[in-house]
Amino acid sequence: MKATAGVDWCEVVDALAEKHDRKPHALMGILQDLQMEYGHVCPDAQIEVALALGISPTHVSDVISFYHFLCSEPKGQYVVWLCQTISCDMADKDQIAKALSDELGISFGETTGDGLFTLEYTNCMGMCDQAPAMLVNDEVHVSLTPDSAREIIAGYRREGGLG
Amino acid sequence: MNEQVREIGTQIKVTINGEEYTARRGSTVLEICEDNGIPIPTLCAHDDLKPAGICRICVVDINGGWNLETACTWEVHDPDTVITTHSPRIRRARRAILELLLAEHCGECYTCIRGGNCELEDLAEIYGVRDLRFEREDPRFEPDTSSVSIYRDMDKCIQCRRCVRACDELQAVGALGVFGRGPESRVDTFEGMSFDEAVCTNCGQCVAHCPTGALQEIDHTRAVWAAIEDPEKHVVVQTAPAIRAAIGEEFGLPPGTSVTGRMTTALRDLGFDRVFDTNFAADLTILEEGTELLLRLQAALVEGKDVKLPQITSCSPGWIKYIELFYPDLVDHLSTCKSPQQMFGALMKSFYAEEQGIDPEKMVTVSLMPCTAKKFEAQRPEMADSGHQDVDYVLTTREMAQMIKEAGIPFTQLKDSQYDEPFGDASGAALIFGATGGVMEAALRTAYEIVTGREVPFENLNITATRGFEGFKTGSIVLEDVLDEWSFLEGVELKFGIAHGLANAHEVMERLRRGEMDDVHFIEIMACPGGCLGGGGQPIPTTDVIRQARANAIYSEDEGLPIRKSHENPHVNYLYEHYLTDGPCGHRSHELLHTEYTPRGFRLKK
Amino acid sequence: MGAQMVLGPYTPGAAIDAALKMKRSDVVVTVRESGLRGRGGAGFPTGTKWMLAAAATGDEKYVVCNADEGEPGTFKDRVLLSDHADLVFDGMAVCAYAIGARKGFVYLRGEYRYLLADLEATLERMREENRLGKSIAGKDGFDFDIEIRLGSGAYVCGEESALIESLEGRRGEPRIRPPFPVSAGYLGRPTAVNNVETFALASRIMEKGAEWFSEIGTDESAGYKLFSVSGDCENPGVYELPMGTSINELLTTVGAEDAVAVQVGGASGEMVTRDAFNRRLAFEDVATGGSVIVFGPERNLLDVLENFMDFFTDESCGQCTPCRLGIRRLLNGVRDLKKGALSADDLKMLRGLSKSVAISSKCGLGQSCDTPFASILDAHLKGVAQ
Repeated sequence: MKATAGVDWCEVVDALAEKHDRKPHALMGILQDLQMEYGHVCPDAQIEVALALGISPTHVSDVISFYHFLCSEPKGQYVVWLCQTISCDMADKDQIAKALSDELGISFGETTGDGLFTLEYTNCMGMCDQAPAMLVNDEVHVSLTPDSAREIIAGYRREGGLG
Repeated sequence: MNEQVREIGTQIKVTINGEEYTARRGSTVLEICEDNGIPIPTLCAHDDLKPAGICRICVVDINGGWNLETACTWEVHDPDTVITTHSPRIRRARRAILELLLAEHCGECYTCIRGGNCELEDLAEIYGVRDLRFEREDPRFEPDTSSVSIYRDMDKCIQCRRCVRACDELQAVGALGVFGRGPESRVDTFEGMSFDEAVCTNCGQCVAHCPTGALQEIDHTRAVWAAIEDPEKHVVVQTAPAIRAAIGEEFGLPPGTSVTGRMTTALRDLGFDRVFDTNFAADLTILEEGTELLLRLQAALVEGKDVKLPQITSCSPGWIKYIELFYPDLVDHLSTCKSPQQMFGALMKSFYAEEQGIDPEKMVTVSLMPCTAKKFEAQRPEMADSGHQDVDYVLTTREMAQMIKEAGIPFTQLKDSQYDEPFGDASGAALIFGATGGVMEAALRTAYEIVTGREVPFENLNITATRGFEGFKTGSIVLEDVLDEWSFLEGVELKFGIAHGLANAHEVMERLRRGEMDDVHFIEIMACPGGCLGGGGQPIPTTDVIRQARANAIYSEDEGLPIRKSHENPHVNYLYEHYLTDGPCGHRSHELLHTEYTPRGFRLKK
Repeated sequence: MGAQMVLGPYTPGAAIDAALKMKRSDVVVTVRESGLRGRGGAGFPTGTKWMLAAAATGDEKYVVCNADEGEPGTFKDRVLLSDHADLVFDGMAVCAYAIGARKGFVYLRGEYRYLLADLEATLERMREENRLGKSIAGKDGFDFDIEIRLGSGAYVCGEESALIESLEGRRGEPRIRPPFPVSAGYLGRPTAVNNVETFALASRIMEKGAEWFSEIGTDESAGYKLFSVSGDCENPGVYELPMGTSINELLTTVGAEDAVAVQVGGASGEMVTRDAFNRRLAFEDVATGGSVIVFGPERNLLDVLENFMDFFTDESCGQCTPCRLGIRRLLNGVRDLKKGALSADDLKMLRGLSKSVAISSKCGLGQSCDTPFASILDAHLKGVAQ
């Protein structure tokens, strides 16, 4: 994940508009790329997207606010999305939630002090046959146990620490 | 589908509640019911806006389907359509929707500016809501008082999105959007900015389209009461042309009732020391702005200078903020003339104060405007050329009506009276400033005569090409047999354009940027649909039918006035002879009557 | 698991080759005759949809594959896209040929982004094999390509008009209908939106013929169906079974003989209790996009209902009043009921509210809330589980 400080958003967004198109229908693609690259879409970037696509900045930010996987405020380098819907819930997702919360020392909706992890719930992610499941950024982890959840976090911590 | 399109407009028979009706194919169930006097409750529907079908209060039964459909969106194409507008399940669904909205709607109705004119309150009355089955929700928002024009109390918002749609569809501003989703969704600005920081033109179309009191003007009535009641203050009021054709609606008169004489009486009764007509300054604007145009044409055609053409009008403060925000590189196209409100204010605390021997410090200048953006304009820092804030307070039509009611003045029964001198008489040309195209028509009446020495060649001086509600109108007038001093204009076809509503202004500016306006000399742009008569400070509701009625009132009053051309206003001529002695666009008028603009853009300030 | 007719071996390109041997109109006729109905859950006849899209006028037409599989308990599209992408993409090409589209989109839910690289590789291979691109399979004038667009976490985008809104760069809020996407869809042009499984089945129908499909299943619900089974069972997973299979048969197949209730069709579906396990999984009986969630005797069904109402509250787009504000009231009511703090009158009022929300909401999300609300409440009150 890249830092946002000092980024020339005009240039960044221009390149993305070139890739996706300079029309409103390119909005989701551009926002998703920014989200992947920078972990969020900051207001300055949103304004450049609006200018590039000929739409209002308000439109850009209201679209971001609609989709769970887009955000305008920074989150952790790794966003842990634990599925809370029925099959995962029945497979004791609460135990996984507790393990994650204890391991990271944060509640759901919070980010660790080192900026490495954010804990979030998500709705059914289509892994019901291998419940409970979670996404970490876009990587899927299934058939979780409290132990495996802790190990997975440890793995990312090592990776993030190195990066 | 294609067959349906071809058939739109033909008459078909439909059944509503067991009765047969004839309807225009392709019209909505709501339109058919309205035409036939069948009541359908609505909240998100507005004649100015595209149907959204989101509040769902207008649900009806179509052909006995398992679910209900919204009357506002359902177009009738099938001649056999059977519509039911009341049944137990319809009543229950509507009542559930209404109670859900009421439980979320926080605020005391008796302190609400829209008390008595609130669409939600009206429905609560019709449905006899005495208590709610749902627990009331807690307030979620702090009121936003940051803007100098518009006050937001989002706890009163019912999320009909009429403000969002007006801001997008009519105004192409996009100041407002919907954020979040589900029960957490809310109407808000970019990144939740306060309204003063948001990309907002202050036009007030959001206010004019709000069914409740969630959006309203920033109140100036209390300050004006204080000024009127202060014996030390000399309080003058100016009234914009569009008020007289609309304020009667606040007192139950039909739209299009001209109440000029009653309004001046009411203002005097209210305690204003002088009641003046902004139209005086509108006449002045025509002389200044017309002269500016002729000077620009001279510079371009004779001196080959790089002056910006087309020249674009600058009377509408919503439009000014729009161009400053969205086309900051093109502000040089704007006429440097202040709006009539601000010209008037500057003269009030200079010329008038000097003539009357009044200390400008003890003067309070109030203007009565159909507009919320005028509140913003009045407090722009550069609007103090008299050495004081030129205009102290701006009241909307609605605010003024409320004050008249509060004072207990029997408005409809009042006798007519005249405006006070020395700014009493004004021309019909100034009066039509209130309608889209009016500034252009007034300017042409004067400019043509200055250049040719003859009246404009139209019957009764009515330049019909400038009239009507088409989004962007163009026209031209050929200058022939011009006077010697204007010989460079001989044979020139003066091309003009007129736009109203910022969405149309947006189209004009995009075309201008593409070079498609290079042969046009003069463009009038008004921020609000219909011009000032449809302003954001006018009585609610405002719709096209009401705009047309107000326009008719303005144009017929113009025809009845003895003076129809701005350059024949004797007070304006007196002013140029005794005060602005170096003439239109001269040094003194530049100091007092002209201004400059702020290229704002909307990138965030670092 | 199951029949392995749809999920069995497939020669990439076979469906396209078979379709190109026919006239465009005959492709539509074949799909109609097969009796295939949309596999997303609503069950609109696919052949009719294609016929309308083919007949609609527009300078461009589009094919959209709805891979926004978000209904709780559904994951069969994930399996199709993971292991049988050729079958799905060939089906899209067949549709393009039938309706005259040159451009297709896969709207892939953000949760499945991890599949993106493989799917892109499949598309690239298809281009190399001339199954996408210009003059596909040597057919002059048949140009078609597919672009994958991602969602970003919004269940409601599975509703086809909301999906199109999202494709166009807006909030995924369902549109006013009519007009339907077949006449005015993406960028206002005719657009055929079909579920992943529908396209896969269209490929099989091209390959094996309409009769092969129509002979399976029931009169109103032809062919095979993929079922995503999860919850209290021995062997959760995707099962391929003929339409019309009874719930009992399915439960036996997946090892859930002690089930007391199943939720068929996900959060927006219906709860069926043990006494009705002889009911059939078909459009004319218990309709489903494929989600089957099994509940054993230990489950508290109010927990299930709370989970679903919470889900809907979270996923409501928020534009229409009954769904935005009504479903949360239902959720609060369930919570009160769990605490024993809901009077009989209040419960009756909530049942009425649920009905009103269903009949007055703008799209399928709000419209379907009463099905789980009423059926799960009934199951709970019957005391079939804990």
